[in-house]
Amino acid sequence: MMTTKADAPLLEMRNITKAFPGVRALDGVSLDLYGGEVHALVGENGAGKSTLMKVLSGVYPYPEYGGEILIDGELRRFSHIREAEEAGIAIVYQELSLVKDMAVGENIFLGREPRRFGFVSWEELYRRTGQLLSDLHLTIDPRTPVRNLGIGQQQLVEIAKALSQNARILVLDEPTAALTDGEVDTLVKILGSLRERGVGMIYISHKLGEVFRLSDRITVLRDGRTVGTQPTTELDEQRVIALMVGREVGDLFPKATHQPGETVFEARNITAEDPNVPGKLLVNRVSFAVKRGEVLGIAGLMGSGRSELLMAIFGAYAGRVRGETVVEGKQVRITSPGDAINYGIGFVTEDRKRFGLVLDQTILHNMTLASLPRVSGRIMTNREVEAAACERMSRDLRVKARNVDTVAGTLSGGNQQKVVLGKWLLTRPRVLFLDEPTRGIDVGAKQEIYAEINRLAREGLAIVLVSSELPEVLGLSDRVLVLHEGVVTGEFARTEATPEAVMSCATGHTSRAA
Amino acid sequence: MSQVPNEPVANRPPVTADVSPLTHLNRLKTLAVEWRAYTMLVALAAIWIFFHYLTGGVFLSARNFSNLMLQTSVTGVLAVGMLMVIIAGQIDLSVGSLVGLTGGISAAVLTWLGWGLVPSLIAAVVVGLLISSFQGLLVAYANIPAFIVTLGGLLAWRGAILGISKGKTIPISNQLYRSIGQCFVARYAGWALAVAAVLAVALLVIQRSRARVRHGLSSLGWGRLVWQIAVPSVVILAFVHVLNSYAGVPIPVMILLVVALAGVVVTQNTTFGRYLYAIGGNPDAARLSGISLRKHILAVFCLMGTLAGVASVIYTARVASASPDAGNLLELDAIAACVIGGTSLMGGRGTVFGAIVGALIMASLDNGMSLKSVEPYVQYLVKGAVLVTAVGFDMLGRRRG
Repeated sequence: MMTTKADAPLLEMRNITKAFPGVRALDGVSLDLYGGEVHALVGENGAGKSTLMKVLSGVYPYPEYGGEILIDGELRRFSHIREAEEAGIAIVYQELSLVKDMAVGENIFLGREPRRFGFVSWEELYRRTGQLLSDLHLTIDPRTPVRNLGIGQQQLVEIAKALSQNARILVLDEPTAALTDGEVDTLVKILGSLRERGVGMIYISHKLGEVFRLSDRITVLRDGRTVGTQPTTELDEQRVIALMVGREVGDLFPKATHQPGETVFEARNITAEDPNVPGKLLVNRVSFAVKRGEVLGIAGLMGSGRSELLMAIFGAYAGRVRGETVVEGKQVRITSPGDAINYGIGFVTEDRKRFGLVLDQTILHNMTLASLPRVSGRIMTNREVEAAACERMSRDLRVKARNVDTVAGTLSGGNQQKVVLGKWLLTRPRVLFLDEPTRGIDVGAKQEIYAEINRLAREGLAIVLVSSELPEVLGLSDRVLVLHEGVVTGEFARTEATPEAVMSCATGHTSRAA
Repeated sequence: MSQVPNEPVANRPPVTADVSPLTHLNRLKTLAVEWRAYTMLVALAAIWIFFHYLTGGVFLSARNFSNLMLQTSVTGVLAVGMLMVIIAGQIDLSVGSLVGLTGGISAAVLTWLGWGLVPSLIAAVVVGLLISSFQGLLVAYANIPAFIVTLGGLLAWRGAILGISKGKTIPISNQLYRSIGQCFVARYAGWALAVAAVLAVALLVIQRSRARVRHGLSSLGWGRLVWQIAVPSVVILAFVHVLNSYAGVPIPVMILLVVALAGVVVTQNTTFGRYLYAIGGNPDAARLSGISLRKHILAVFCLMGTLAGVASVIYTARVASASPDAGNLLELDAIAACVIGGTSLMGGRGTVFGAIVGALIMASLDNGMSLKSVEPYVQYLVKGAVLVTAVGFDMLGRRRG
């Protein structure tokens, strides 16, 4: 609000520096935040956003960093996370920190439970939780175990938790990575009401659409330095991307025209039942076919059954699955991922840390995991053959690491994703499933992965691409299939697929055939 | 009470080869990981020197060294199996009871049934294999946690041997059987094997170096090549020299060496071993990479049971009898050996080399303290403290790394 904006900034970070052994993570970063403002912080992975927030929240206590932090114009030096919390700073992390088996209320007041005669006053706790949630217009029962909530709702509970500590400075680290569009709308409303309360918000996100929708100002970081801070209205996406990567980016999606050949893979009437709720169909009679050299995009909101569809075909789904799969004209029965791999299906799964990588192990061991008998040897492994194949793949995909013996967990998100991609390319697939291949990776790495997808299609690979980022699906696919609640509600050729038309099908508003 | 979760991996500064100065840091980190196993080697050396000094030169005498190796053999064989179980993210608490049961059955077959040497040896190994495959089935296919299945096994198999033996100790009078635990490899044969081993090491190193060049990988350079041949050669020759200056290499030690060598090959050079690490490190990723978790978990339990059978033969032969409480608490020694050697109980991490060093540390403490006639209660206290301290240091190093 303009009245508060005229005053001294709520928060000022001046010339912050932070060095780790051998590297300067922050090199003179300045940032200011006014009450009632949403200040977006963007930059590639490793640009220093998270480090900056850790300095702010006392994770790196004074004097481990250089520079000054002022709150309400007063110099503060936090020696502990607790002190930052008491000063009204709260951070909602990208990765959730809730205790799954505890109720919403218990989580919100964890460690700060209201007490009476030394015992926890549960009534008071749930009453206050209810108040807090209704202030945020959330219809969540304070007594529900967190486990029962969707990931998006959990994120909103995290925000409620932060606010229960009377936060005046709220940092949101990739808050929408796991939210459905409906939940994003709720979040937008929440941010609106916080704005009116005069809370200052720092918003970290890779999704520029949201950044432009929500923020008042944008600060771009690159290589630990501030590249610039400007009012959002004076910027556009192209400009921000250019600032982030330090060069003008051409089209993010180089329009590649593929010449699809014969049909390689066909799925017929795939149906998948919710493993926890018998009878509930998460995927309902979905059929599709994909040709050599074709990129088939599958669009849909969270919960539309996109990932379940791929998991079901791949033989990796926990619930009951029905339907037929046809590979190169032959009907095949796939009951395990091993079968799927043998039939030439590759699957770059979503959530690389959970499903894709053994983080403790080297690039080499991760890359060859799905193709070990072919690349290395059926019974005995051959280190040299393996290393040679792996180094070639790393070069092709431009994995940035010292060598193939680098531990996967130490790589950046983009490079981890390339390792997972490499793992599946080493199985020499005929058809490749990609589930959220660019989630949470920086723009530069995204571009490289897009280029790789185009190259693979050009070389004749059939690709099925699932993504929650609509521009990605539309930009890369030759054909787009839209799912809504487990049912196909639309199919579009590249030329007909407009964001509006696809979104209309994805929300179940309309349905159409190609 | 602070609400800061563990640092998400994605938020750690990225490691980029040609751009970032972090490269150097990362190199140090990898070195630290490699060196962790060697720190335990240093600890072992320190323990040896300490006891050697304390016992006035008795501890590292050829005779006691031979004894020490003998004492390590049973725990060592079990530790190799346990290591694979733990790498796959499982645990086996039943091996102590299993050693008691298989040893007892082996002795019963020999002494009571009079079936002869070979059937009694086969009985030990096959019973071990069958029982552990049953346990493995329960873990892998009935989804009962390994901790529970093998805790049940710990009780049940001890009960079984008490029932079979009716609480009596079964003596072994067969000289050949006893020789498995009590005899030595002839000195000239020991030397011959040592020389063969040195040649094999040299051949292997040279062959691998050539393969590297053939596949277009950077060559390691002469210095490293010589180093890779020289170090193991010196260790092998010194080892055989010391044991030969007493009575030769004990047969149980020979068995342990063979088992350990096989363990190294299985864990480091087979797809099976690689899959075990993947399954323990991230079962979801392993499953989605087409690896059958069930088959591998079953297989690793089978291996453990077979090795328990082998260990029981050594144990029974050494003491020339099978008592119903034989092998009591051996599972804990085996687990402790693995953990001291840097194995993560969470799965996915650990080496045979580390487990053997761990077994040596445990045996050295036993042996040294017995030489000094330290009272049993103190021995337990010390072993417990060493286990916790070793893991404590490991954790400290891991946090800093």
